[in-house]
Amino acid sequence: MTALRNVMAIAEKEWRHYFGSPIAYVALFVWTLLFGIFFYFSFAYFLEQSMRAMGMEYGGGMKMSLNDYLIGPVLRNMAVVALFISPMLTMRLFAEEKRQGTIELLATAPIRDIEVVLGKFLAAVGLYALMILSGLVNVALIWIYATNPPEWKPILTGALALLLLGSCFIALGLFVSTLTKNQIVAGILAFCLFLGLWTLGWADDPMAGPVMKTVAYLGVTTHMDEMAKGVLELKDVVFYLSLIAFGLFLTHQSVESQRWRA
Amino acid sequence: MIEVESLTKRYGRATAVDGVSFRVEKGEILGFLGPNGAGKTTTMRILTCYLPPTEGTARVAGYDVFKDPLEVKKRVGYIPETPPLYPDMEVETFLDFCGKIKGIPGKERKAKVAEATEKARIGDVRTKLISKLSKGYRQRVGLAQAILANPEVLILDEPTAGLDPKQIIETRELIKSLGGDHTIILSTHILPEVEMTCGRVVIISKGRVVAEDTPANLTRRLKGSGALRVEVRGDRGPAFDALRAVPGVTAIRPRPDGPDATVFEVDTEPGRDVRAELAAAVVSRGLGLLGLHQAAMSLEDVFLQLTTTDAAAAPTPAATPEVNA
Repeated sequence: MTALRNVMAIAEKEWRHYFGSPIAYVALFVWTLLFGIFFYFSFAYFLEQSMRAMGMEYGGGMKMSLNDYLIGPVLRNMAVVALFISPMLTMRLFAEEKRQGTIELLATAPIRDIEVVLGKFLAAVGLYALMILSGLVNVALIWIYATNPPEWKPILTGALALLLLGSCFIALGLFVSTLTKNQIVAGILAFCLFLGLWTLGWADDPMAGPVMKTVAYLGVTTHMDEMAKGVLELKDVVFYLSLIAFGLFLTHQSVESQRWRA
Repeated sequence: MIEVESLTKRYGRATAVDGVSFRVEKGEILGFLGPNGAGKTTTMRILTCYLPPTEGTARVAGYDVFKDPLEVKKRVGYIPETPPLYPDMEVETFLDFCGKIKGIPGKERKAKVAEATEKARIGDVRTKLISKLSKGYRQRVGLAQAILANPEVLILDEPTAGLDPKQIIETRELIKSLGGDHTIILSTHILPEVEMTCGRVVIISKGRVVAEDTPANLTRRLKGSGALRVEVRGDRGPAFDALRAVPGVTAIRPRPDGPDATVFEVDTEPGRDVRAELAAAVVSRGLGLLGLHQAAMSLEDVFLQLTTTDAAAAPTPAATPEVNA
């Protein structure tokens, strides 16, 4: 009970900072703007294609899926945006505490390191989830205007995929933030790390051998594809959750060990 | 309340704290005195569970800092050298957050924040951003944070650093008033501060405890070796002879002071008070006695003697026989 209270106290403090500074507003603005743009163009393209398909002779073309034309592309684009924005959410979380010396306040208060780590993680994930939700407002428009409402499952799993991917970035970014006092350094390092994890996915190729398959498996985007189609597979969720746990574990170890070495 | 036993902290090859032992009783205010880099902050950080010790143990209120850090942290209020504050928070919000992480339940928190705000005299800046506060106010917000949960033990690392003289006096008064209810360790390199606020002093230098006593005792210990200054008007020769004739005088160093006055620095056998005899000797020769006082060593001298390497050859207080009035 106290543990939960402590986690929430830290999370609330971080939210206060996010919304007391331009960070939260900039992140929300950029995210919703880009979401809107990607959504609009994907949707326009989809409409154009389906009109053309309808106009085809011999009973029309193949059936077009909103998933393939809209959810998938928007999701992939927003994953790139997450790659850019998440370092900005995590870079100061520990670096700034170290620079300001407030880490000493947290470390000498009767709370556990893991509570601090989780509190900060939840704060960043909370803001990120809010970003995803505000992006989904665009999607809600489809329900209002479409005669045949689309399937909601791929949208839900797609949003979940985006949330899991971002949470991985946040957990790892949190770790990077413990390594330095300089938040800019933390931001740049986190970005490079994410980019590295991203490129692992490029090894995915039907012709790839077992080594490349493994490398591809570790890529953070590889596990999004199925989810974007509305298929929720346990192995994908487990992959993301274990990467998150790994990031949080590293963060905790780093916070603790720095006191031993300090 | 606080027991420290042969505490050692090494950073790589450097030893910051080297076998420090001391005790602080309940309600006592202990002054932790030493030059910069003597290991004061490191010792305090170990006591607040911020750093683990390399060797030795420290117990606060019966709990080991290494084995039961959470229990220790619940009982300790701490201000590091630079008060840890979030510049983008308002004072009240900051204290409320501190209350939360110190485990003060929601119902009591408001009252406790108000109480600490009043005690630290920061009521007038309650709703200001911390980044807008002056150094003095920041220090006091740090103090409010430390006393917020009404901890049994307060550990204050140079609480008056960077304050103006009025604020320093106020802070000392506050610390004094907190003694009794709280057990306090206060580090400083300002000596009068120790003389004014602390019941006992531990002097540390290069990571070792070099002396431990009440401030009064520490000064008194060295009084025996302090010279007497006798200021005489008249011819230097007769005055010198008169003073030399007094039994117990071991050395005299005359120093001219004005046209017809001389200051004699008179060393005496330790433990022997010859002030009355010196006065009588001067007056009985018809010379004018302008002044006579004991150049007692201030805590400052004690401190310098104990902590500077040059003075290593000089007798340490431990080696000086206890002499007092």
